[in-house]
Formats: sequence, C-alpha cells, structure tokens
Amino acid sequence: MNKLKLIIKREFLAKVRNKTFIIMTFLSPILMIGMISLVAFLTKSSMEKKSTVAYVDISGIFEDDDFKNTKTIQFENLSSIGIDKAKIIVSESSQEGLLFIPKMENIDLIAKNIQFFSKDSPGMVTISELESILDKRLVKEKMLQLDIDIIKLEEAKVRVDINLANFTGKQSSKMINGIKIALGMGAGYMIMMFIIIYGAMVMRSVIEEKTSRIIEVIISSVKPFQLMLGKILGTAAAGLTQFFIWGLLIVIIFIGSSYFFGIDLATNSMQNQQMDVIVQNDTQFIFTEILNLPLLSMAIYFVLYFLLGYLLYSSLYAAIGAAVDNETDTQQFMLPVMMPLMIGVYIGFATVINDPHGSVATIASMIPFTSPIVMLMRIPFGVPWWQILISLLLLAITFLAVVWIASKIYRVGILMYGKKINYKELYKWIRY
Amino acid sequence: MDNILVAENIVKNFGDFKALNNISINVPRESIFGLLGPNGAGKTTFIRIINQITMPDFGKIYFDGNKLQPDDVHYIGYLPEERGLYKRMKVGEQALYLAQLKGLSKNDAKNRLNYWFEKFDIGAWWNKKVEELSKGMAQKVQFIITVLHEPKLLIFDEPFTGFDPINANLIKEEILNLQKKGSTIIFSTHRMESVEELCEYIALIHRANKVLDGKLVDIKKQFKTNTFEVGLITDQKENLLIDIKERFDISPASFKSLEDDIKLNIQLKKEESSTDLIRFLNSKSIINHYVEVIPSANDIFIKAVEQNS
Repeated sequence: MNKLKLIIKREFLAKVRNKTFIIMTFLSPILMIGMISLVAFLTKSSMEKKSTVAYVDISGIFEDDDFKNTKTIQFENLSSIGIDKAKIIVSESSQEGLLFIPKMENIDLIAKNIQFFSKDSPGMVTISELESILDKRLVKEKMLQLDIDIIKLEEAKVRVDINLANFTGKQSSKMINGIKIALGMGAGYMIMMFIIIYGAMVMRSVIEEKTSRIIEVIISSVKPFQLMLGKILGTAAAGLTQFFIWGLLIVIIFIGSSYFFGIDLATNSMQNQQMDVIVQNDTQFIFTEILNLPLLSMAIYFVLYFLLGYLLYSSLYAAIGAAVDNETDTQQFMLPVMMPLMIGVYIGFATVINDPHGSVATIASMIPFTSPIVMLMRIPFGVPWWQILISLLLLAITFLAVVWIASKIYRVGILMYGKKINYKELYKWIRY
Repeated sequence: MDNILVAENIVKNFGDFKALNNISINVPRESIFGLLGPNGAGKTTFIRIINQITMPDFGKIYFDGNKLQPDDVHYIGYLPEERGLYKRMKVGEQALYLAQLKGLSKNDAKNRLNYWFEKFDIGAWWNKKVEELSKGMAQKVQFIITVLHEPKLLIFDEPFTGFDPINANLIKEEILNLQKKGSTIIFSTHRMESVEELCEYIALIHRANKVLDGKLVDIKKQFKTNTFEVGLITDQKENLLIDIKERFDISPASFKSLEDDIKLNIQLKKEESSTDLIRFLNSKSIINHYVEVIPSANDIFIKAVEQNS
C-alpha cells in the first residue's frame, strides 16, 4: 500500500512539474475564453453592422412606412429613377443590394416575382428580414382583398403553452429539459475528454518507462500491477487537478469579464435595467429548477461512471503503451479504444436529446464501453434504478476483466523490446 | 553447505518456447556466483524469476532458508542488463524514490545516499537531471541505487558494460567490499576474464538446460586434460622430438621464452603421471619450463556449449 502511494506521488509530481502540462493548464482556459470572446465579438459586430439596401418599388402596394430602417438594414428609396438606372448606381456603390418589386396584376404574382440584385450572395439574415417585411404587407393586402377582418383575426390568435409535470404532480418547465440536456451532454463529453487526454498520458508514461529502460529496475521492487495502478491513479490525480484549475480559471475570468460589462450595461439606459431584472428572474428560475433536479444522486452516479470509465479505458491505454516500443506504433491499437468513446458521444448527441429512453440510447447505456458516456447523458431525464444497477454491474465486471487482461499484457509487454506486436501476439501474452 | 538461494526444478515456458527446463541451482552464502551461458540461454529469465518479476510454471525457490516471499525483494538488489533511469527526473529525488520502493525509510535512504555520493565524489549531481549525465555517470548512480539497501543477495547482469576501465575497477572493488560485508553476489556475464577473476562458483545454462555447475576449481579439474606445457633445452632437437612423439600425444605450444629449443603441449594418458613425464624429459634434456595446462573459463564455456549442441 505504501509503495502504491509512493508511485502515485511520483507519477503525480512528474506530470504536474512537466513544463507542457503547466503551460497547458494556464493557457487553455485563456485560449478557450479568447476564442469564445472572439466569436462573440465577431457575431456582435456583424450584427451591429448595418447593411444598406436600395429598393425600387413600382407595384404601388407598399408605403414608405413599410421600409422603415431596422436594426440591421438601412433602406434607400430609388423608385423614382427606375430599375435600370438604380441597378447601375447600386452596382457601383457599397450597398448590399437592390430590391426590386415589379408591377403585376395580382398579389400572388408580385410575391413570386420580387427580386434581389447583389454583387455577392446576400446574407441569410438580410434576406429573411426582407422577406418578413414584404410578407407582412402582402398578407395584409390579401386579407383586405378577401374581406377578412384583421382585428378579429388578431383577437382569434391563441398561444398554447404546455405545462410539463410528472405523475407525482411535480411541475417542471420546458427550460428544465434544456438544462437536463446541457448537464447530461456536459458530463458525458467531459468523461470522454478526460479519458482521451489522460488515458493517452498514461500510455505515454508507460512508453517512457520502457524506452528509458527503467522498468525492470522498478518491477524488481514492486509488482507490475501496482506500478500500472499507481500510474493510472497518479495521472488521474494530475488530471483532476488540471480540470479543477481550468474550472476555477474559467469562473474567475467569466466573473471578471461580466463585472466589467455589468458596469457598461448599468450606465446605458433604463431599458437595459429592465432587461437586467428579467435576466435576473430567469437565472433565479434556472437555479431553482436545477436545485429541483436529483443533484446528489446525479453527482454520485457521475463519480461512479467517471471512475469506472476512466479506469477501464486507462488500463487499456496502459496495456497499449506496454505492447509497443514507441508512440508511432500505437496507431493500430488506438482505433478500437477510440471507437466506443466516439460512438458513445455520437449516440448521446443523436438519440438521447430526442429520445432519452429509446432503445438505441438504452442499449448503449448498458454496453460497458459506451455506458459511462451515454448513461450519464440519460440520467438527468430519470432512468429506472434497475437499469442503472445493471449498467453499473456490467461496467464493474467488464472493468475487472479488462484490468486483468490489461495487466497481463502490461506485465509481459514492459519487458519486451524490438518486437512488432499484433493482436495474435497479444492474445499469446494473455495466456502466459 | 549453507545456501542463500536454492532453486529447485525451475520450469518456465513462454507459449511453445521452453525458456527454462528443470533448472536446479544452489548459491552458497557470501560467495560470488557466476551465471554463464550464451545469448538466449535463459539466464535473464532465471534472474527475473529470482526477482519475482516472472513466475515459474513449476519449481520452487528458497531464499535464506524460507520459500521466496514477495517481501524478499527488500533483501535483493538487482542491476538488470537493460537498465536506465527516468531521464527527466533529478538524480537525488530519483535515488530516494527507488530506495523507498526497496523498503528504506526516507531518512535512512537520504543518509545512505549521502554516504555513497560522498564516497564516489558525485555530490554535485544530486540536483541534476539524469539526461544531463553521461552514460558512465548514470551507471554509477544506478550501481549506488542497486546496493543502497545493503541486500543479502545482489544480482548483476553484465555490470561492467558502459564503464571505462577505471570506473569498472572501482565498481569491482565495491562488489568485493560488499561480499566482505556479507552479501552474496550473482554475476551474469559473458566476460570470462571477470568470471576467472571474481567467481568462486559458476553455473552454465545452455538452451534452457543447466549444463554445468559447482566450484570453479572443481570444474576446472573436471575439464583438465592431463596436459603439460614444456620448454626444453637440447642440442639434439630432431632426435628428441621423434623420441617424445613415440611415447606421448603432442601438439605445438607457444609461450614466451628466451632459449627453449622445443616448445610442446604434451598430453598424458590417464594411467601416466607427471612424474613419469618429468623423469623421461629430464633424462634427455634440460627442462626449462614445465606447467600444467589449466582450462580457462573461456575454454570450459566453449567446450561445454559445443558438447551440448
């Protein structure tokens, strides 16, 4: 036990003292937030950029009022100079395009023959905004023609809002579904990332021991299994530390940045303050909704699946590291390890969102190699306890079997040099 | 006889490959024991079984009177042929770690390391990373790590490779010192001159089988051919040669001498004794050089391997 502690400590220190590790720990959140801010900034500035659209309307249906400037579009009326001249002017100017509404015998024909001329293909947002402006007026005209009372029609509109509840009568909102999806996806995705990053780290560390030839010195003092386990746990400890620091940094940076923006918003206008109140109510609402979820059991399941999933996969990574002489030889063995992880995430994203209790999602949450990811995505939606039990049991049994096989491969592999390894060879090692 | 290590009928197979076939070896306490054999004979597998890195399929190992236990690794020091250190770890930290894995307490390990680092005059390396050391320097550190916990049994697999002659000598001295202090040493090597120089007992493994074992002196007696190397002074060289040829089996010999007219290896028959030969030669010439031909470890090695191939 004492030796295991020593090994874990060494592995942990070797990882966290590594320069790349330190740089990645502090650089990644900054990079990530930088990326997010950049994307946000670009979207915001493109939203703020007004495009000017010229229009020529000879239909006689539209009024100047219809072409009021919107948030993103500024209109210029060129109806007086005619379409041919307008085309020349617009094509030489920096305007986004020219909207042409022809004169036709009826509204349906007009609706089909409106054209937009532009140098480059216009933005989707601009087009759909134009369409809704045109739509509104044309529908109104059509209704007048058909003698429909617009006021009554407005009155007749009803907005349906289905309230969700389970059979015990507990109310929930639709927003909670979004939250559940976010929580489930987040947890599943995190496990996958953790396994891929730190599983590969375990593998590299095994290869390092092989290539530096220290391995035989060490296993004359400790059991290979102890070394493998210590390595897996030490790397996990380093990984959790890194994840923790990442989380902390992201929170700090977000709070910091929202603090700065907060001042901006407050000084802006009354309208913004009202918005703030709404947002605040919303956040409060989300918080109470989240608190209504079975958070404790979710946390427990997360830890269980996280541990078993990570141990299962990292022992496979350790076995791969032991079987090869250098990192380039790992390719052929990596695919079968990566596949179930990928499949798990795809199944999660593709089926759990639409149908958390469908047969594909249910089966995938039972199969041990995908269950840590898929089950965690399903759990926020409420999974029967017996399903979780079966899934956990299967996972635990598979974990024991895989660790047993992996440690056999590991034990033989770490002392094997200069041999090209294939699956047949690995099978032989298991039988040694 | 008191043995520190007794291996009984050790068998080890890797799939269809037989690595060790019924090997039994006794290693006497406080001896230097040479484990010899060509490449791939099974020496390393045998050593790994003693170190409990590999488990035998069949057979028993007794260490210090009892059946070999997992905790016995604390009393065994092993310097493998394939050896190395963590390249990016500091020398001192690494030595401490490996010593603690051998069961030493941190303080104990530190004190002993200080002693050895001072003795080898390498105190300045403590905070260097291993990748900054030369190969020879790293080997020195490795040697210290192997012997630090003062094990009862030390196993060296090709210990002198990677050392220059001066450092090889230093290491040899230290090995002899450790033996004097009560350690038993198992050597696995191809370098027959060090076997000749150091080993009191040997065992020869060839193709998974033990071919020979025992005291080196006894083995030499067993392998000697009753042959004598002689240098004679005479003025009737041709006649004497014909005379000797009639009575004995001879072959030419070469050794350094100033005035010998005849240099020969003379092999006696079993029933003949050295006295007979001396009497015969003395009556016909002046015997200037007379020595029994003793088989070297190298000769024994080659002969035994050839006989069993």
